[in-house]
Amino acid sequence: MENTFNKIIELDDAMKHFRDGMIIMFGGFGGIGTPPSLIDGILDNGFKDLTLIGNDSGFPHIGIGKVVSRGRAKKMIASHIGSNPVAGQLMTDGKMEVEFSPQGILAERIRAGGVGIPAILSDIGLDNDIVTGNKQTCSVGGKKYLVETALTADISIVFAKKADPYGNLIFDKSARNTNPLVAMAGDMTIAEVEEIVPLGSLDPDEIITPGVFVNYIVPSKGVNWKWAWE
Amino acid sequence: MGMGVEIRNRIAKRAAEEIKNGMIVNLGIGIPSLVPNHLPAGTNVMFHAENGITGMGPSPEKGKEDENLCNAGGFPVSIVKGASYCDSTIAFGMIRRGRVDMTILGSLEVSGKGDLANWIVPGKKVPGMGGAMELAQKARKVIVLMNQTDKYGNPKIVDECTLPLTSARCVNMIITEMAVFQISAHGLILTDLFAPHSINEVRAKTGCSFTIAENVRVIN
Repeated sequence: MENTFNKIIELDDAMKHFRDGMIIMFGGFGGIGTPPSLIDGILDNGFKDLTLIGNDSGFPHIGIGKVVSRGRAKKMIASHIGSNPVAGQLMTDGKMEVEFSPQGILAERIRAGGVGIPAILSDIGLDNDIVTGNKQTCSVGGKKYLVETALTADISIVFAKKADPYGNLIFDKSARNTNPLVAMAGDMTIAEVEEIVPLGSLDPDEIITPGVFVNYIVPSKGVNWKWAWE
Repeated sequence: MGMGVEIRNRIAKRAAEEIKNGMIVNLGIGIPSLVPNHLPAGTNVMFHAENGITGMGPSPEKGKEDENLCNAGGFPVSIVKGASYCDSTIAFGMIRRGRVDMTILGSLEVSGKGDLANWIVPGKKVPGMGGAMELAQKARKVIVLMNQTDKYGNPKIVDECTLPLTSARCVNMIITEMAVFQISAHGLILTDLFAPHSINEVRAKTGCSFTIAENVRVIN
């Protein structure tokens, strides 16, 4: 494959961009659509004290759950950690801080970060202390809203079905989930992909994430965990 | 939930009656996932999953699962003709914009006013709200399927929820193994009774007062 834009790199080279204490945003929903090889790279290289931002904490041996379960995260911003009891334990023991955000609002905060909007207004959980916390409120048209701040990250990691050398991405069915949003919100975005196809072979009408948002493309070694239903 | 398959199916079948042609419906895990099995043939309904599927179909046969085609609980599903995939913002946009006609979900407690508490047990279970708040607050109709009592025999329909609320005054209907209740501006109304349970029995196992509809339907 011609590496026209020098975006296609090996996993080891991708790992040179990571460091301890980073804010990492990850695509995926219950592990589906979370990049398996990049997750293993983070684990194998021992990165720690990470702040992880994404939909949920996966399962103990699936998706971002692998990183969480080994105590590599100091903080998570997520909507749900129920499928990963280790995450719950780490939170209860005070070893990992968890900030909960309602799922769709979390996705919008990520999208806002990705498209250069500083915050969004939301009426979800207005009567709920856990959601409102110390957030600012404001009034629009006589109604009260929460100011939900945008989220960005040092690095975003996503999982796509296909990329071309420019980093244009298409996703696979429900593995799309938060990936197109996460792809936009990183200061640097690394896409792990199942297949790299020649420039011009993706139908421009079907591209979900334009390559402008993607800095690097890493070929995937494939999912190596066993799903809960298997 | 500690109840037999037959009872679970009876609840699911009653809930299925609420689904009308052309609706977009989001189903929670547990009993709600049984509801599609009880729809009359030819009902055109699009099942919505908050991980980005509109038009979910039944579970695939063993061996035909696609790891990238799963519901919000992470279990393999199929799609129906006319289905579409979208990202999480669009999936929740459908909910917040009022395009999702109904959500059918489980709960820990529901108050007679329709307050829903289904996401947290302080000191025990703090899983996070996931998409529950948005669904409860913004789906056009919220139906709760749950046991009449918890495992200690305490009513799950209560005057005031003791657990933290997912969302206040959002539940429209409750279906338990004993009865069906509607929640109106005037409070809780019993509309259906599952045989062989009696109204007195339901009263004894409900933690708040309720009125009785004029023509209570008895479901055998």
